[in-house]
Amino acid sequence: MLGAQGRAVHQCDRGWAPVFLDREQSISLMSVGFLLEKPDEAVVWRGPKKNALIKQFVSDVAWGELDFLVVDTPPGTSDEHMATVEALRPYQPLGALVVTTPQAVSVGDVRRELTFCRKTGLRVMGVVENMSGFTCPHCAECTSVFSRGGGEELARLAGVPFLGSVPLDPVLTRSLEEGHDFIQEFPGSPAFTALSSIAQKILDATPMCLP
Amino acid sequence: MEEVPHDCPGADSAQAGRGASCQGCPNQRLCASGAGATPDPAIEEIKEKMKTVKHKILVLSGKGGVGKSTFSAHLAHGLAEDENTQIALLDIDICGPSIPKIMGLEGEQYMEDNLGVMSVGFLLSSPDDAVIWRGPKKNGMIKQFLRDVDWGEVDYLIVDTPPGTSDEHLSVVQYLAAAHIDGAVIITTPQEVSLQDVRKEINFCRKVKLPIIGVVENMSGFICPKCKKESQIFPPTTGGAELMCKDLEVPLLGRVPLDPVIGKNCDKGQSFLIDAPDSPATLAYRSIIQKIQEFCSLHQSEEENLISS
Repeated sequence: MLGAQGRAVHQCDRGWAPVFLDREQSISLMSVGFLLEKPDEAVVWRGPKKNALIKQFVSDVAWGELDFLVVDTPPGTSDEHMATVEALRPYQPLGALVVTTPQAVSVGDVRRELTFCRKTGLRVMGVVENMSGFTCPHCAECTSVFSRGGGEELARLAGVPFLGSVPLDPVLTRSLEEGHDFIQEFPGSPAFTALSSIAQKILDATPMCLP
Repeated sequence: MEEVPHDCPGADSAQAGRGASCQGCPNQRLCASGAGATPDPAIEEIKEKMKTVKHKILVLSGKGGVGKSTFSAHLAHGLAEDENTQIALLDIDICGPSIPKIMGLEGEQYMEDNLGVMSVGFLLSSPDDAVIWRGPKKNGMIKQFLRDVDWGEVDYLIVDTPPGTSDEHLSVVQYLAAAHIDGAVIITTPQEVSLQDVRKEINFCRKVKLPIIGVVENMSGFICPKCKKESQIFPPTTGGAELMCKDLEVPLLGRVPLDPVIGKNCDKGQSFLIDAPDSPATLAYRSIIQKIQEFCSLHQSEEENLISS
């Protein structure tokens, strides 16, 4: 999605060098995707092997000076999630951003994710509702494709901030497919406004001087 | 610097736990003790239990959120419309068990007489309960579902899985190895980011010799309820599932368009095949279900021919 497919991970004297997305080296990335010989190769690993890799991603990658480390996780409350929390605990993570879609079926699952956060002592920074309605490009009618209201309800249930809703936006999807910088290229799109607002709320809530 | 042991010799190989690539692997001791080499007796027990189950179908996806559980539930509903067919739906998404909600079984236990459902969701006392289990415990649960549930005479057992290619998938394939799985249906959405993961899923099936019934492209186009014009919310930037299936020589079972009624019905726990019989999504589903039935019947006759010859 970030236009880094096919890049390779190299070792340096401080460990694995992450892949930089831009010339300014302001965004770096690490993924098991970089370690596969072929992009269609299936990673058929059981828990322990995945846990070992996650630990290495935290401790053996030469991240350098970072303002934010964002960790994208698979759905669920299993090995990967436990391994990530354990690996990051010594570094006092700011917390978790929990993403849901509007429908009750999604909320039903994500409630359990919030319990996971509580049980592992991970602070929930807030809930984001994704795929929140679609505005028809032909007639501007807005349809709740995946029902409505789930994100706010979830935040209310859990007593955490509701950070915002991101609408379905084919421009965003296409941008990710083609590895473009959506933020740079489509500042006028509805998803951009929503994403910017959520990012700003996170920045506002982040303490300036970290311990 | 330690590399991740991706040259694992395999838990049942002679080199298990002893190979150079085993150093540092958390399972090294277990493998070296030879525990991985003896086949699990549960496999034979499950084979016996599965003798009364005619057809077994796995529903897989590479990515989450593509509509796999929705599909599994409606495959079950569609097949169960024939009162003479006995259907069982097994939900092995241990951490995210959505099937009870989609089937309308949260609280009220009413279900069609010929449709049985099993899910870890039924074992949780609160909707907030999280199943925070590592792989081995999830595998144990799956083993119990297959071995200890009294499935009875079943025409179709549909197994809904979590996304990916991990513990749950390996376990269900392993435990059903002797019982013969008819095949897998793989769900995707049209965009390349989803297809990329489906290709991995297809490779997984080929690796574990799991026949592929076909691919379903979900969320394939959206008809605006006001102006009736079509939009591609998830654009098929690389040709969608159709081109991928052609390249990989895998059947495309069909394309299901986005219909807001689907989401609403899943939230209410009702079959949208009944509630929206004229929706293009319903028509697509019915065609796909028929193709799956045809695949299973063909398989059955082939097997019967093999046995009698």
